[in-house]
Amino acid sequence: MRLLNYFRGEAFQRGVHPPAAKEATAERKIRRLPFPPRVIVPLSQHIGKAPRAIVRVGQEVVRGQPVARSEDWLSVPHHAPLSGIVEAIELRPTARGPWTQSIVIRAHPGASQEDGWGIAKDLDQATPSDLLQAIWDSGMVGLGGAAFPTHAKLSVPKQAHVHTLVVNGCECEPFLTCDHRVMVEEADYLVQGIRYAMRVTGAVRAIVGIEDNKPDAVYAVNQAILRAEVTEGEIHAEPVPTKYPQGSEKMLMMALFGVEIPSGSLPVSLGMVVNNVGTLAALGRLLPLGQALTERVVTVTGPGVARPGDYRIPLGTPLKFVLEYAGAAAADLDSRQVILGGPMMGQAIASLDVPITKGVSGVLVFRHQDMLANDGRKTYPCIKCGECVESCPMGLNPSALGMLASKREYEVMGSDFHLGDCFECGCCTYVCPSNIPLVQQFRVAKQILRERAAS
Amino acid sequence: MGSVEIRPAPHIKGPRSVEKIMRHVVYATLPICAFFVYQYGLSGLALILVVTAAALLTERWLVRSGTQSGSLGDYSATITGIVLALSLPPGFPLWMAAIAGVVAIALGKGLFGGIGFNVFNPALVGRAFVQAAFPTAISAYTPAMLPGRFAEFIPSSLAWPMMMPVDVSLWLKAREFDALAGATPLVAWKFERVLASVPDLLTSLGHLAVGPSPVLIVLCGAYLAARRFLDWRIPMAVIGSAGLLSLALYLLDASRFPDPIFTLLSGGLIFGAVFMATDMATSPVTPRGMWAYGALIGVLTVVIRNFGGLPEGVMYAILIGNAAAPLIERLTQPLPFGKSAMAQTRKGASYPLHPGYISREEAGAVTPKKKIMKNKPKDDERRTPNS
Repeated sequence: MRLLNYFRGEAFQRGVHPPAAKEATAERKIRRLPFPPRVIVPLSQHIGKAPRAIVRVGQEVVRGQPVARSEDWLSVPHHAPLSGIVEAIELRPTARGPWTQSIVIRAHPGASQEDGWGIAKDLDQATPSDLLQAIWDSGMVGLGGAAFPTHAKLSVPKQAHVHTLVVNGCECEPFLTCDHRVMVEEADYLVQGIRYAMRVTGAVRAIVGIEDNKPDAVYAVNQAILRAEVTEGEIHAEPVPTKYPQGSEKMLMMALFGVEIPSGSLPVSLGMVVNNVGTLAALGRLLPLGQALTERVVTVTGPGVARPGDYRIPLGTPLKFVLEYAGAAAADLDSRQVILGGPMMGQAIASLDVPITKGVSGVLVFRHQDMLANDGRKTYPCIKCGECVESCPMGLNPSALGMLASKREYEVMGSDFHLGDCFECGCCTYVCPSNIPLVQQFRVAKQILRERAAS
Repeated sequence: MGSVEIRPAPHIKGPRSVEKIMRHVVYATLPICAFFVYQYGLSGLALILVVTAAALLTERWLVRSGTQSGSLGDYSATITGIVLALSLPPGFPLWMAAIAGVVAIALGKGLFGGIGFNVFNPALVGRAFVQAAFPTAISAYTPAMLPGRFAEFIPSSLAWPMMMPVDVSLWLKAREFDALAGATPLVAWKFERVLASVPDLLTSLGHLAVGPSPVLIVLCGAYLAARRFLDWRIPMAVIGSAGLLSLALYLLDASRFPDPIFTLLSGGLIFGAVFMATDMATSPVTPRGMWAYGALIGVLTVVIRNFGGLPEGVMYAILIGNAAAPLIERLTQPLPFGKSAMAQTRKGASYPLHPGYISREEAGAVTPKKKIMKNKPKDDERRTPNS
């Protein structure tokens, strides 16, 4: 495999090949999760200022109705995921840890749960600024996991010129298949969303980068491109080599264009804007109907799930409800780990009462016995084998960084060893034979450096 | 509802562990040990067992007393013992060998804090100690493949502790070998100007006083390198730099300096390059650093052999390389992604970065298919193959 990569020119240097483990869900169609009796909509779900609630307790809301908004540019409105009554606006636990102000909505028992708020619009002749406003109003954020507001990502700075829209369909995280299924089943929506995004940014070409372990997705997207008769420019679907972390935008740019984005700058400096396939497919589906983001596709899988699959889940659904429906709440699981996101970068959560938010792409459940392999592993001191150096896609020296972190030399890590370039992909920790929690040390170091810089 | 466990990402781990790496290095040394025993019989076997046992007992004592990390189960002390034994003369008195094993672990590793913290290769620290303490015994080699080697020990092996070992030359004379037979090829070259034949050096099956065959060592090393349990760059750099420097010297003055083939095949160069210089804890982690470190060792070996007083220089070359490793690592930090001075473009990329047909004025115009472009700017030419 390594040799093969050498001959065809590696997509990017280093990186790792963790087992994909996508078989359980890759072939299953997206199914809809039933509406839960109660949803919890945290006001702060993304980077930027949290919007303010614009409903009061006891108010009746219709599915799709805005329940929180803000005039702040880096902030998106939230919408009622189901029709019902606002039961409370109070502090609730969230996956990130701190309890945050959330709107709790109780579903009407008899409601049909159709989106009763959106008004269909003809966007074919809409101007870019109208489209941008429509995207902002839909409450769209990046559905790949970072949850960065999409309208802010698509709006091009005045002095910059964007010629290319890169659509990220890599989904390099093991286990996750939600983007894969969206590309296969909603390719037409995806192409529609790409056309909107191209019009907003002024890009004249769009390239969908898809890891080559998903040939059916490449085929489906290509078919949809042919059907769409694109007028804005050209759209291509391009297979890229399967390798973790191919889904990082810097790595994807390397694979497609062979360029390194200079450290500290964004793809827009090269005239490009990167977006996730799930985000654009949701845009293509929602914008013509005038609807807002009230549900998303989430991969629910892992060895501890009896009915794994990709589910269309209303935002705000409590995790416990999702797990019960997917068959992961059986009593014989005496101890387990529940992860939001993928296994490489996802977050283990402490409470099953947290809701599914806009940035959650996967729910993984590992049973106790699945984790025994990790439990038995002893942590050794760094033996300086150099595996981490060979795997770091950013070309850092995690071995030296780890030793500095254990000596609390955080300033040196930042100034001499480029800690700021680390995007916490976890490759170094994945390969480390000494079982050192390198990424965790880096997260702590970054946080401490941020606090020191702020004080 | 059971309990929920919290762990930091990543939640999956790769298959490699310290134990696995070390275990495979032990596996790779076993064929070499077998060859050594075949060459030197009982003495060779006893030497390997005594040194390894001494190293393991010392490690156990140090781990138990809590002064260092690691455990016996990580196989690192086993490697130290085996590698140290294979670097000693086969007739080395066993009590001295036991001291070498104890010193290797206690001073070479335990003193620094155990696995991963040692600055010098522990096996070489042990060997350097006995080289200084017992200079006569460590230069007393015996020919390989002696008849009756499986029935009796080389007499010097069984010397009493703190006693002078018996002189092996008398014992050899009784077996109709001349005094020169006990000299290693390097000693024979340095002091008698006698060059051993290449086939003898390559196979190590004659009566030469040599260690296991370089061919076998390279094969075992190739297994480790192929499974990435050692880094191929270091042995390549050592062998390459030693070969090049000795070739240059040989071309300069063929009467004073041996040919590069002899330099590479004699002494412990191959064994040192494959099993000692590649010790992970004492070599740099950066790829460029590994090349520099290996090259330093190769050059120093040739320099010590040809210009120093000692016939063999691999041990000191590696120890000096170990000492220089932190500095080398410091100077050869990898270049982070996106920090290179010149914007590099990988060849064979699917799409040009700035397609010539795209400009602010004609954005949205009908465009040709990818890679087939007319009027492309000059800096794009190298990005598109043969168009």
